[in-house]
Amino acid sequence: MFETFDALLLARIQFAFTVSFHFIFPAFSIGLASYLAVLEGLWLKTGKAIYLDLFRYWIKIFAVAFAMGVVSGIVMSYQFGTNWSVFSDKAGPVIGPLMAYEVLTAFFLEAGFLGVMLFGMSRVGKKLHFAATCMVALGTFVSAFWILSVNSWMQTPVGFEMGANGQFLPGPSWWDIVFNPSFPYRLVHTVIAAYLTTAFVVGGVGAWHLLKDASNGHARKMFSMAMWMAALVAPIQIFAGDMHGLNTLEHQPQKVMAMEGHYQSHPDGAPLILFGIPDSAEKRVKYAIEIPKASSLILKHDLNAPLAGLDTIPDDEEPPVGIIFWSFRIMVGIGFAMLGIGAWSLLARMRRKLYDWHWLHRAALVMAPSGFVAVIAGWITTEVGRQPYVIYNLLRTSDAASPLDAPAVGASLAAFVVVYFAVFSVGTWYILKLMSGPPHTGEAGVKRTEKGPIRTAGITPGPTQNPGGSQPVPGNEGEV
Amino acid sequence: MDLTIIWAFIIAFAVFAYVVMDGFDLGIGILFPTFKVGLERDQAMNSIAPVWDGNETWLVLGGGGLMAAFPLAYAIILPATYPLIIAMLLGLVFRGVAFEFRWRDPRHRALWDFAFTAGSLIAALSQGMILGALLQGIDATGRAYSGSWFDWLTPYTLLTGIGTVAGYALLGATWLVWKLEGEAQAHAYRLAFRSAIATLVLLAAVSLYTPFLDADYFDRWFAMPNFLFASQVPLLTAILAYFLFRGLAKKQEAAPFWLSLGLFGLGMAGLGVSMWPYVVPSQITIWDAAAPERSQMFMLVGVAITLPLILAYTAWAYWVFRGKVGEDGYH
Repeated sequence: MFETFDALLLARIQFAFTVSFHFIFPAFSIGLASYLAVLEGLWLKTGKAIYLDLFRYWIKIFAVAFAMGVVSGIVMSYQFGTNWSVFSDKAGPVIGPLMAYEVLTAFFLEAGFLGVMLFGMSRVGKKLHFAATCMVALGTFVSAFWILSVNSWMQTPVGFEMGANGQFLPGPSWWDIVFNPSFPYRLVHTVIAAYLTTAFVVGGVGAWHLLKDASNGHARKMFSMAMWMAALVAPIQIFAGDMHGLNTLEHQPQKVMAMEGHYQSHPDGAPLILFGIPDSAEKRVKYAIEIPKASSLILKHDLNAPLAGLDTIPDDEEPPVGIIFWSFRIMVGIGFAMLGIGAWSLLARMRRKLYDWHWLHRAALVMAPSGFVAVIAGWITTEVGRQPYVIYNLLRTSDAASPLDAPAVGASLAAFVVVYFAVFSVGTWYILKLMSGPPHTGEAGVKRTEKGPIRTAGITPGPTQNPGGSQPVPGNEGEV
Repeated sequence: MDLTIIWAFIIAFAVFAYVVMDGFDLGIGILFPTFKVGLERDQAMNSIAPVWDGNETWLVLGGGGLMAAFPLAYAIILPATYPLIIAMLLGLVFRGVAFEFRWRDPRHRALWDFAFTAGSLIAALSQGMILGALLQGIDATGRAYSGSWFDWLTPYTLLTGIGTVAGYALLGATWLVWKLEGEAQAHAYRLAFRSAIATLVLLAAVSLYTPFLDADYFDRWFAMPNFLFASQVPLLTAILAYFLFRGLAKKQEAAPFWLSLGLFGLGMAGLGVSMWPYVVPSQITIWDAAAPERSQMFMLVGVAITLPLILAYTAWAYWVFRGKVGEDGYH
């Protein structure tokens, strides 16, 4: 098996598969950790039990998502060496230290305080517990900081010297390496994406419970909070994405050419191709629906500005157009749909129908997983757009792989696919089960004992027993 | 002392921290089926639920740190032990999610308990075999691994693999002696006694086998004056083993765990005697594999600032969850 396959292609598929699966979990937990910190902070500030209930509701979901993020993340830290050993050897002196900083400043912080966050409320008291929650949230952000710095350096490498042994060596300034040209844009765009992803999950869950029972105060609160995020942050994200795109145009023009479907140069204003079918053999976009000169307007802020196309790039340096063209449109489309939901929610607030407008709730429910689709599509856009290079313009992906036989890479890929689909599908199912239970007063925290009531699936007391979420359940004050 | 030596010790420390800290987590996973379904298993798992994630992070520091400080070693060792690394990672996937999943799905708890044990066992066995594969030698040409993808499978690596399983079981059992009470604790004492015997027998077997793998190893252990220093390692091991058995017989609660950690520390020292100054034995020294000084210095600043903090808040997290697990978990 696998003897006839190309080991390089298998290694690429394996990395794409494991990193895409992994990215889903941090995209959720970065935002959710911050949301939990906000909820606990509001609880401490206002003393209102509803915030504690929501905190406990979401922390059970967070625990499952975080565990999946951890185990899939450890895989990533070894993928560099197992499948991309030449890359590791060559780039290790530059990117290795950044990843070491990620471990030292982020992973330990998250993991060290997670236990207290999940199980420690009654042991350390409210304030220290809140501090632990904040540390976990901070850790998720710091992790994003370092790993996106690494990725950005691979996209826009600067501040290095070439060693005699072919290694990339750090130059005199680490600041230049860490804050490489695409990093600030990528960091802002990705972290906001994580917040929006979480907001739409929270909003979708709130909408689901509002559809079943519009009087559920807890569902109202989470839906309202999520819709504020959508209304305020989606426009910021579209602006940040635009800035990121301009930065990409400056540093990685062929990626933008592929995103735009510009096979040809346009000396006097390039059209914005809304849809079409890119045909790389014929080097044109078939059935294109386009707005004349709009691409030049967006990218150059001038209707008649010339824009170079892929005809200016040697064929063996072009990224694959079809994938990027589509993944980019999916991401942008979802971004505008998010903007639309946010605007709709503002209209609903003005009309005082936020909790009763079922079509809004249905739309929010449909949009609940949209953030995940958008971040994966965005990730594909930026990663495939860097091809055929792993370090942009300097090291080809085909020159970076480990000296492994196709059967070894193929067998491990098959193992990852089977295990990930099995384990993470089940985990996602557990998360959906937790979400299907309505949030209610006296929400139980993360319970870890056979004694006493176990609310493992979050469905006791069930919706029929506790329709308004108003019956207090005694005996678990202070537990999380 | 140059930076490369400092970094060799930092990586060694990270690996050691991982081995002893996740070692007892994995050991509990390995021993899990011998505990009664219900309260005993819940308590065994609760005793590590708040700390396992932090413990596992040392593995990321060991791997990530190796890539950063000794990129050439990382680039050679990982392809050479490829199937073992993949098996370890997948084992850790099952082990890690079982902590959450078993509580989410009582009807399939038996399945996740099995995943917990199987994952722990596979991870432990793989880690031991990776060590064995490293010690028995890796073919490298230029800057790349040049062997085949099953070189790692030999009687020696199976011995180191099983030895690691036994050692982790000892750590897990002595941890549970410390954290459990009553019948469950009595069971943990019995497990600790048996796994201590298995660990020492296998440790002796590996120690006697290793010097005959390679003349260099033999010389490092038995040539004068090395012998005078190196011989302290088995001597101290015998002393610690005596106190371990005595502690178990006297029903001491905390001491057996710390003595087991001491045994692992001596194992690490023995490993140092065999390998120094190579990172890929007989092929690549730590200086061959080292990242440039700028990389080492930049990271050393980070380590100097963060490592004391990490150790402090990790210690605090352990302190928060000190004492017996009790019947209510940690609530």
